[in-house]
Amino acid sequence: MSGNPILRITAKLLLPAILLFALYVQFHGDFGPGGGFQAGVIFASAFILHALLVGVPAARKVAPAWLVQAALALGVLLYAGVGFAGLLLGGNYLDYNVLAHDPVHGQHLGIILIEFGVGTTVATAMITIFFTFADAEGAPDPAAEDEP
Amino acid sequence: MVVMAVAFILVRDLFAVIMLSGIFSLTAAALYVLMDAVDVAFTEAAVGAGIATVLGLATLGLIGAPAEKVAGRHPLGPLLLAVVTGVALIASTWNLPRYGDPAAPINRHVAPYYITESGREIGVPNIVTSVLSSYRGFDTLGETTVIFTAAAGVLALLGRRRRRPTADQAATDERQP
Repeated sequence: MSGNPILRITAKLLLPAILLFALYVQFHGDFGPGGGFQAGVIFASAFILHALLVGVPAARKVAPAWLVQAALALGVLLYAGVGFAGLLLGGNYLDYNVLAHDPVHGQHLGIILIEFGVGTTVATAMITIFFTFADAEGAPDPAAEDEP
Repeated sequence: MVVMAVAFILVRDLFAVIMLSGIFSLTAAALYVLMDAVDVAFTEAAVGAGIATVLGLATLGLIGAPAEKVAGRHPLGPLLLAVVTGVALIASTWNLPRYGDPAAPINRHVAPYYITESGREIGVPNIVTSVLSSYRGFDTLGETTVIFTAAAGVLALLGRRRRRPTADQAATDERQP
């Protein structure tokens, strides 16, 4: 696919727009449709497009496996950690009211934090799944290469 | 959508099936927009039509395209079961309350509370977001964990092959002269 200049340049133009749109969906989820889940998928789709363009080994340099896997766990930990923070500050588990002095501010903070956790985990999970599939695809497998 | 569902069964080419499922998801997303469920439509378009299609294509590249026909037993029994279940499901939809009926049980339980109180309690204009991440925070934590588990499972199953491909390859080569 990287040999085709039209595809390459179009994808290059689209990549920053996709990433920016993902961030917009992530942090504007409180006001419009969207949220961590959708943003994570859109963010991951930018990486998948990049991987389709330059090949998985080159795309791995942008998102190394250790970083992606660490972020995968960190997203869930951030979510669960916000829950425990509420517990430590005297509320129930995942009770955001106690996170700030004002309950409404606490809710805002809690929602933004957990949405960020969701987005991180979803994005890295999609990237992990795609890269793992695509890597296995590139592995030397004579049975697959015999296919016409 | 019914036409697409029938086409799913009839088409033997896996590539066409993956493309059809993407189109199916996009149509479903359009339907959700018509039902004013923009958040759901957004997710369906991104996950169902986008990521699922790409993953399907990646899998297809992984396994090649085995288009062999499944030599089957008589399909009459399963077909009968599917038809009976489908008819029962469609018949039961007549008992559902009309879509958007304000007197329906689903619209009288906690929904009015969310609509009237979430602005004061949460202060976020998108009620879907406040329900999803605050009132139902446990659910969303569970969903995030499911996604984490899915990625961990894929890594555990496929991620290891990359580390020692030569040993596995040698073993399979010996077994198949």
